[in-house]
Amino acid sequence: MRQELSRRQLLSAFAAASGAALLHPLAAAAQARVLTRPIPSSGEALPLVGLGSWITFNVGNDPVARDSCAEVMRAFFAAGGRMIDSSPMYGSSQEVIGYGLKKLGMPEALFATDKVWIGSGARGRAQIEASRRFWGVPRFDLLQVHNLLAWQEHLPTLIAMKQAGQLRYIGITTSEGRRHREFEQVMRSQPLDFIQVTYNVLDREVEERILPLARDRGMAVIINRPFREGELTKKLQRHSLPGWAKDIDCASWAQVLLKFIIAHPAVTCAIPATTRIDHVKENLRAASDPLPDAALRARIAAHVEKL
Amino acid sequence: MSEWWTYSLSDFLLFSPRTYYRLLELYNADVWPAHALALTLGFISLAALSGVRARVIPAILAVAWAWVAWAYLLTRYDTINWAAKYFAAAFAVEAVMLIATALLPGRFALRAGMFQSVGGLLFAFALIAQPLIGPLIIGRPWAQIEMFGMTPDPTVVGTLGVLVAAQRPHWELMVVPLLWCAISGATLWTMQSPDWMIMPAAALVAFALTAWKAWAP
Repeated sequence: MRQELSRRQLLSAFAAASGAALLHPLAAAAQARVLTRPIPSSGEALPLVGLGSWITFNVGNDPVARDSCAEVMRAFFAAGGRMIDSSPMYGSSQEVIGYGLKKLGMPEALFATDKVWIGSGARGRAQIEASRRFWGVPRFDLLQVHNLLAWQEHLPTLIAMKQAGQLRYIGITTSEGRRHREFEQVMRSQPLDFIQVTYNVLDREVEERILPLARDRGMAVIINRPFREGELTKKLQRHSLPGWAKDIDCASWAQVLLKFIIAHPAVTCAIPATTRIDHVKENLRAASDPLPDAALRARIAAHVEKL
Repeated sequence: MSEWWTYSLSDFLLFSPRTYYRLLELYNADVWPAHALALTLGFISLAALSGVRARVIPAILAVAWAWVAWAYLLTRYDTINWAAKYFAAAFAVEAVMLIATALLPGRFALRAGMFQSVGGLLFAFALIAQPLIGPLIIGRPWAQIEMFGMTPDPTVVGTLGVLVAAQRPHWELMVVPLLWCAISGATLWTMQSPDWMIMPAAALVAFALTAWKAWAP
């Protein structure tokens, strides 16, 4: 059943955005250029492009690399970004994000997104608390069950935390098309705010059932591996941009790939990961009008498949 | 882990090549000049491999494995790979088995002839040639050098050389080195490092020679 936004939710989201603009005029100016989409369960607006941390932020204790990650985060927030996503599975990424957030003075725009990833339900809360300390945040905005690992045990914990105000949203994740049948079952049976799946111009399986189901169930959708861990951008850089790229204001293949994803009406936020400031700026610029219509999206997919 | 067949090696790579080699660089800078001691112990082992006072070799190897377990795997590698603590435990077990081999009378001796020569060559490769492949052939900075007694790969290859040179097959001491060859080879292959084949090749040579030794004692 599709969940409609209430007038009250919309007004609440508008008021929150206005407040943020008064507090952070520069951030608000940047956000004005970044397209957003509402989280269906609350109406809160979320920029269509976020920041992943798989591999890129796992730099250990290297002080130079940590500073470099912090600068990527600075550029991300300056360009209007909000959602940063991580997981206990990602090595030192959580600590590196915490380091960056502290260095940046804990930007209020942050939409802190993490996961619980442990086989034991009893140890879920301890892992979440460890993750929270690494980030240095008072609470997470969104926690997801990573790759459905022990979801039957973790989801009740996340629901209880949300009810207690220790968490704002809950969700589940998968990647690269794994366990989609079970994923759908959880989507149908559980009160989720978010799902996270793999979707890109070549991996489009979720278009058939998962994305329509998310719209029906009123769930926000996060997209991981938009570039197939860089494989797509690396492959496409040998080819010049087609003429239609100008029609959607794309200056790079990365922007074409991102616009393809975020133009899908069910998608709430794509989370490309990067170690480069120019790339994070380029990614955020993709969250802008015009987005490709259905016909151009089909053309993009067909074109990339042929290359 | 469900649907395990859908996973590829790249799904298990948690870090970028840049981070991996920077870790080596920072480690080398932190522990310098321990390299001089490692090199000295390596050359003592090499000399012992051509002589008869063999029991000093597993003792030196035990020190090397214990150091790599603590100083590299547990203290450094664990910061970018959550599996490193398990690797460190396996290296510590190997160190304990090596020290037991060194201390118990009659547990370790060398086999003169072809096995001693090939084992000695494999050890010399690990001590002298393997560390130079990165800086001289691949073009990595000298600061990222991997050395016997300092980092896992040359330590493991050197150990395999010693086990090839041993009087009898020591399968109990080969398990961890062979597993590490598979893990390291897979990691380097996933990172598209041109030297990824060294560890699997060393494992193959050591396994084949040890099997031969066991089959025709």
